Amino acid sequence: MNTIGNFLLRLLFIVLLLAVWEAAVRLLEIPAFLLPAPSAVGMALYRGIVSGLYQEHIGVTLSETAMGFVVGCVGGLLLGTCVALSRRFDYFIYPIIVMFQAMPKVALAPLIIVWFGLGITSKVVNAALVCFFPLMINTIVGLRSADEDRISLMRSLAASPLQIFAMLRVPNALPYIFAGLEIAMIFALIGAIVGEFVGAQAGLGMLIQSMNFTMDVAGQFSILLILSVIGLLLNMSVTLVRKRVLFWDPASRQAGIKPDRL
Amino acid sequence: MDGSQTQVAGGEMIAVRRLTKRFGTPASPVIALSDIDFTVNEGELVVVVGPSGCGKSTLLRILAGLLPQSQGEAFLHGTPISGPRRDIGVVFQAPVLFPWRSVLGNALLPVDVQRLGRERLRARAMELLKLVGLEGFEHRFPWELSGGMQQRVALVRALIHDPALLLMDEPFGALDAMTREQMNQELQRIWMERRKTVLFITHSIGEAVYLADRVLVMTPRPGRIADILKIDLPRPRGLEVMNTPEFGAYVKRIRTGLNASGGIE
Repeated sequence: MNTIGNFLLRLLFIVLLLAVWEAAVRLLEIPAFLLPAPSAVGMALYRGIVSGLYQEHIGVTLSETAMGFVVGCVGGLLLGTCVALSRRFDYFIYPIIVMFQAMPKVALAPLIIVWFGLGITSKVVNAALVCFFPLMINTIVGLRSADEDRISLMRSLAASPLQIFAMLRVPNALPYIFAGLEIAMIFALIGAIVGEFVGAQAGLGMLIQSMNFTMDVAGQFSILLILSVIGLLLNMSVTLVRKRVLFWDPASRQAGIKPDRL
Repeated sequence: MDGSQTQVAGGEMIAVRRLTKRFGTPASPVIALSDIDFTVNEGELVVVVGPSGCGKSTLLRILAGLLPQSQGEAFLHGTPISGPRRDIGVVFQAPVLFPWRSVLGNALLPVDVQRLGRERLRARAMELLKLVGLEGFEHRFPWELSGGMQQRVALVRALIHDPALLLMDEPFGALDAMTREQMNQELQRIWMERRKTVLFITHSIGEAVYLADRVLVMTPRPGRIADILKIDLPRPRGLEVMNTPEFGAYVKRIRTGLNASGGIE
């Protein structure tokens, strides 16, 4: 499938699609505030980047996403480990976490802005809250899924519970944890953008909001384009790390993406 | 049935006395093992043979310290077995290798768990890998090996910390017939070189007679030892030994013992 000819064909197909879009907007005289032509989106993107405006906001959104991701993942890993290891924690705390998760985090964003202000902190909190749950669930499932035979083997060697955890349960959980990290990465970006929608001084989400007020639809399209590229790059970076760490995992050795366990 | 205790070679390594294991509730117990009595001498290769469900795996798990018995006692070197011990090596039916560890890493797992010093035992691991014919594979990963090769790694792992006793739970049961015969030959060779005490569990009568110094015949419901017989076939035994009348007679006697007790294979 992946020959040069096919690659060119794919490219041609995209170009064709853009041409049809451009032609339709021009011929049908669709107003720019409803649907901008690809050329207008391209121009908006060009102007935004040349003026340095986009880079500044990309930087803000990226750092919010990254910090939220780190905070959320550390939290998800810790809570997931506690739930997986402690029956009491599982019994008393886990239901509360699930109840909290059942609530749509987006609805919480205005409150978080009130608590943490219009600055970067509220977005980090929002991103962390949105992305910790998938990682926690995958950590729990991963740590609990160690094979009975392998546990018997470790026990027959007189391994301590800590050794069984470190030498068997943790590596065994890694494929699940990485699947969780892939989801969490995208969720963190969503969390940051939603936070910016609700109230912010900078960031791509805020930029979309303000462009919406000025009916700069071409500008909004250009930001959506940037966001999808960012999402793609973030996902690819996790996949890249996963392939290096999980060289032994059948699902990672093939090119495919591990099915999500949510 | 206790003629086994008049063995000559070596000292007594395992002594099992009136061992009983019940599962289920006290109201409706399932008796897996009933009054098991036997001994295994130092350096002896004893095979337990019996049909599925006769409790032979339960017996092995109790001896490995993975399962508590309900009654009776099992001794290793005179001390009761009350939990996992570091002087026992176990080979399970599946190779149970960790895919994130290389062949060498898997072989050294007991060394890591028991903190025996990787550096010190690395040479021994290489030597054992060579012994089982895996020289040059030490940096490969389990998924790159065939089933037979994986089970060889499991055997090296069971031997690496130089345990006094090797427990083998149908180790070649999942292999195809030809690989299995080959592995039996190799096990005999390794055993003759190292003289470990081995307790080997199988449901194959042929395998039992081929490998054993002595065979314990187990029958199910409740699991008990129906017969103990000494196999007087000269070693090393080639595969052609299976065609001799003596071999046939042993097989026949075991099969009769199993049939008489209703434990048909």
